[in-house]
Amino acid sequence: MAKKKTINKDFLISLYSTMIKIRKFEEEGTKLYRQGHIRGYFHPYWGQEAIASGILSAMNKDDYVTSTHRGHGHCLAWGADLVRMFSELLGREDGYCKGLGGSMHIADYTKNNLGANGIVGSCVPIAVGAALGIKIRDENKVVTTFVSDGGCNIGSFLEGLNLASAWKLPVLFVIENNQYAVSTPIESSTGETDLFKRGLSFGIEGIRINGNDVLEVYETANKYIDYCGKNSYPYIIECLTFRKSGHHINDPGTYLPEDKVNFYRNNDPLNIGKKHLTKLAGLSDEEINNIEQETDKVIEEALKVALDKPEMEAKDFLRLVDEY
Amino acid sequence: MSDTRELLYREALNEALIEEMTNDETVFIMGEGIAERGGSYKVTVDLLEKFGPKRVIDTPIAENGFTGAGVGAALTGMRPIVEILFIDFSMLVLDQIVNQAAKFRFMSGNTARVPLVLRTQGGVGNGLAAQHSQSLEAIFYHIPGLKVVMPSDPYDAKGLLKSAIHCDDPVIFIEHKLLYMNKGMVPDKDYVIPFGEASVKREGEDLTIIAWSAMVPKALKAAEILKEEGISAEVVDPRTLVPLDKSTIIESVRKTEHVLIVQEAIRRGGVASDISSIIQEEAFDYLDSPIAILAGKNIPCPFNLNLEKLVVPQVEDIVKAARKSAYK
Repeated sequence: MAKKKTINKDFLISLYSTMIKIRKFEEEGTKLYRQGHIRGYFHPYWGQEAIASGILSAMNKDDYVTSTHRGHGHCLAWGADLVRMFSELLGREDGYCKGLGGSMHIADYTKNNLGANGIVGSCVPIAVGAALGIKIRDENKVVTTFVSDGGCNIGSFLEGLNLASAWKLPVLFVIENNQYAVSTPIESSTGETDLFKRGLSFGIEGIRINGNDVLEVYETANKYIDYCGKNSYPYIIECLTFRKSGHHINDPGTYLPEDKVNFYRNNDPLNIGKKHLTKLAGLSDEEINNIEQETDKVIEEALKVALDKPEMEAKDFLRLVDEY
Repeated sequence: MSDTRELLYREALNEALIEEMTNDETVFIMGEGIAERGGSYKVTVDLLEKFGPKRVIDTPIAENGFTGAGVGAALTGMRPIVEILFIDFSMLVLDQIVNQAAKFRFMSGNTARVPLVLRTQGGVGNGLAAQHSQSLEAIFYHIPGLKVVMPSDPYDAKGLLKSAIHCDDPVIFIEHKLLYMNKGMVPDKDYVIPFGEASVKREGEDLTIIAWSAMVPKALKAAEILKEEGISAEVVDPRTLVPLDKSTIIESVRKTEHVLIVQEAIRRGGVASDISSIIQEEAFDYLDSPIAILAGKNIPCPFNLNLEKLVVPQVEDIVKAARKSAYK
């Protein structure tokens, strides 16, 4: 359930710090990928940081969250440890999944983070099930499930919406509409691009907001997490946003139109966040720079530690085979 | 046996559900028509009355969605039982079973557990045609991270369902539509049957018949006929295909030196072929005849009843195959 936080200087700084942490994590991750330390798929969350930061700061830590294939930002905003995040991406045993899951499967079940998911849309029924458990146990908690615009066209999402409304479950559906499903623009994927309207035929209301404005995201989330909990009923927040690059690191995103790229470069969530810090919190440029430098330092230290962590030994891995 | 009574297969399953839902408040059940109606095969009768609508839930016809909800509930401290009305419909939920439920424990580095029971029923019935008659255990047998359970009688059905509900990993619990009205003795007292323990349903000397689910009663009937012909058949029911009790199978084969594997599912890519490969690897030197497999034909199930009989092994087919395998 949402706890209303006072929008003071400290809170604005924390929203921004989370965003800058995600941005810099993805930047360092990209370097590691280019250097060959990270393999497999790496879907950076950059460009969308305001959504994870704003939504998750409105939740309580005993609530539940499910993420997507583009999930680093959700984990970090939920409070994930940087060393264990880097360790997982590097395939080390100290990672959240002992290096067995990787970027697309990072989760922390001890902290109610039900994880990233490599199958688009499949986290939605899972989130609904977590909410069903909440209802059976008579608990006062909410589940937030993140889904991409691409995920709004798959049956899992639509079945999940229907179940959440039929069973009156406290699920907040957060659509991260970055307007592209891999390389296919949303206009080619669906005849109804107002994705929050997906809920209307199931009796679920929704709203579309600027997903790049962390304060707007937070205030909306705060209101509707409360709504979901109090009414034991779902709601949809569609956050309009844009990826800062292609679908994954090796996708240059040449299909992204220049005017949109430029528009979102000017409306980068970090720029908007900075404006809030200046205007609402009265921070000077120097103070903002200090936040960034502090983050750089923390990231650098975490990465150094993670790079020294060992991988799971073959004999330990092979011992698992008998359990399956 | 004292303190036992005769129950139908469906009644034994119902007892297991009632006992486990009474013992553990995290156990709940959902599926199509399972609450008000008590299930198409009456396995869930009285549950709604006893445990209420919060824990006995009629679902919309959305198998993928509600199975996924089961996975999510299981990940967060519940022990859901999800009923899929026909195993054929489980093809709609393969993502949630194969990519999600079966993988979370592994992908999370052993921090997540998915104590989910997916109860379903398969096999040829009486004229239910190609989309309601399949035996699809091999699909789940192939996926690491799943347990596959196929009880053949009321005693096993109850004891194995209780173990399935206790299990911390996802269990595919496959009942058979022709077994629900079969009778068998079931103890009054509480009991469970651990996974990975085959049951020797009939002891014999000349031939081992390995069979599961509805093929077990057929194999037992065949064994009676074979006895009159002087062939002593041992019938071994693995009961759980994953984990598979290799040692009971190998021990029986070493004793009889002849083996016939009977499966209702079509032959191609079936579990029988895998059991056959295990036997030839581990007991080759003991075999006195080639390992025989009698399986369903590689064709969809026809509606016409006379043709339907041709696609799955019948008692007389088992007798014939056993004679050949035992060289008698």
